[in-house]
Amino acid sequence: MADSICRALRDGALEGEHAPALTIKDNIASPFGFDVFSHVLSQLSSNILAGKSQSRGLVLVAFRRSPSFYVDFLKRKGVDISSSHKWIQILDCYSDPLGWKDGFSLETSNVASSCKNVKDVHKLLSTIIELGQGLVGQGKVRFSAAIDSVSEMVRHASVSSVSGLLSNLRSHDQVSSIFWLLHSDLHEDRVTAAFEYLSTMVASVEPLNQFGNGQRSNMNTFPLLEQSFAKGKFHVRFKRRNGRVRVACEEVRVEQSDVNFTSVSSDNGMINEGLIPKVQFNLQLSEKERIDRANVVLPFEHQGQMLAKLWTD
Amino acid sequence: MEDNGGAPSNLLDDAVGALAGRFVAVEDSVETSAAFVLHHLLKRALSPLSPTVVLFVSFAHPFSHYDRILRKLGCNLAAQRDNKRFFFFDMLMWEYQGERIRDEEKTRGDGLVALYGEIQKLISDLPEERKNSVTIMIDDVSLMEVAAKGSTNLVLDFLHYCHTLTSELGCSLVALNHGDIYSSTERPTLILQMEYLAGILIKAEPLATGLAKDVHGQLTVLNRGDGQGSRYKLCNFHFKVKENNVEYFFPGSRS
Repeated sequence: MADSICRALRDGALEGEHAPALTIKDNIASPFGFDVFSHVLSQLSSNILAGKSQSRGLVLVAFRRSPSFYVDFLKRKGVDISSSHKWIQILDCYSDPLGWKDGFSLETSNVASSCKNVKDVHKLLSTIIELGQGLVGQGKVRFSAAIDSVSEMVRHASVSSVSGLLSNLRSHDQVSSIFWLLHSDLHEDRVTAAFEYLSTMVASVEPLNQFGNGQRSNMNTFPLLEQSFAKGKFHVRFKRRNGRVRVACEEVRVEQSDVNFTSVSSDNGMINEGLIPKVQFNLQLSEKERIDRANVVLPFEHQGQMLAKLWTD
Repeated sequence: MEDNGGAPSNLLDDAVGALAGRFVAVEDSVETSAAFVLHHLLKRALSPLSPTVVLFVSFAHPFSHYDRILRKLGCNLAAQRDNKRFFFFDMLMWEYQGERIRDEEKTRGDGLVALYGEIQKLISDLPEERKNSVTIMIDDVSLMEVAAKGSTNLVLDFLHYCHTLTSELGCSLVALNHGDIYSSTERPTLILQMEYLAGILIKAEPLATGLAKDVHGQLTVLNRGDGQGSRYKLCNFHFKVKENNVEYFFPGSRS
């Protein structure tokens, strides 16, 4: 399913259609949304560099991490960043989003542009488009856009203005695909729903085990927490053009240097329907054993009938 | 900042690891205070073998409070302050003066903006060899929110800017907050945002079995890794706060 998402972003928009849009959402009980976002980012970057994707450039709007973090991350993933200024531009909304650092110099880079007023959503939108067109020109060639935290955007601007930005990006002729990260437990349901409505794909990272008090885990179940913490369920909902919805589920595992997606195993020790301990003897009967047991006549069974028969004989 | 300042490590130090460039969020409750974690990390940062400079932002207690406690732990805060290794920002009387209206100019929250400016200037004025060994500590975030007249966004902006210092300069940031203050809130935004932002989350909770004479509570440390090595390491152990130190031990390991 993660592959399907990456393929959809790679293939981009059909002529006359809005760009495919992906919402990645998580919550504090399974806070791996950023890992998934980074995975999708590295996949799309590789496709762009290899010339396999519709988009020829990527504009990354960074609220949560610095531009140097992403450059180092892509380098670790084996993405060639020596020519990075030709295919990626990072709009730095992390280092000084509100202009508090006036008077202090910020790190400069040929792949990063600084934004000092993230409350001005109109300016943000025009800057994203400007940066994208700076990469691909103003013709028919397209670029992709990624926002590492819509939750952070909503802290500074209204939901309607952020929705407007996303919608405008989706409908822009030169945007091939767009994806963003959202922490669902930071917002009311209607806010999360608003962003999901804008998406053609919604990928949710959920915990493998739901604990008693919902999102905030109960430390009394620490052994379960410890074993399952770096794993989660990865639910994806695809909205097709004809209105049909396809839903799929995988297991996501965050490992040392990567995120892995596997099909949900039925033999997972944490999600077995019975909590049967693994022992060297059977605790359950097979079907044949159940039938044999039902046919056994116990010593004192039917004794009343036998005595009655004796008396009458 | 050196990992442990050369002092013998304990379960907490092992779970936390190196702090340089990390944001440590410490959560506690009325039943189980985690102030001792702050004191321990402060003492660790000011170890004689460590070059770390500590900027301590206090909304909770005056300097004398920490001085008294750290003396019992074998650390002289007054001397460290005189040696320019410990800088204390007394925010007990600070109150947000800005008007809470939707006007960009007036909601700049000058107090916290100015505080951040002071922190950044202080760091930039440090000798070169100390600029990359700074720890910023905040005690505590809930009182900062009170002083900011409930402006959660302003507090989060301040934490965000302090967080940028961890990635730009390799500073470490340690902030204490009280989880139970937000327990009845439908959407505890401030504490959730801190948990999302934190690279290391330390939670102090009471034991499931209630009060005990020899065990004062349990600590759960979630270390999200630094992006280079291991990821998502989760540790849980018990603690007992004594007069001059704290003991950490795994459940059932004490005779």
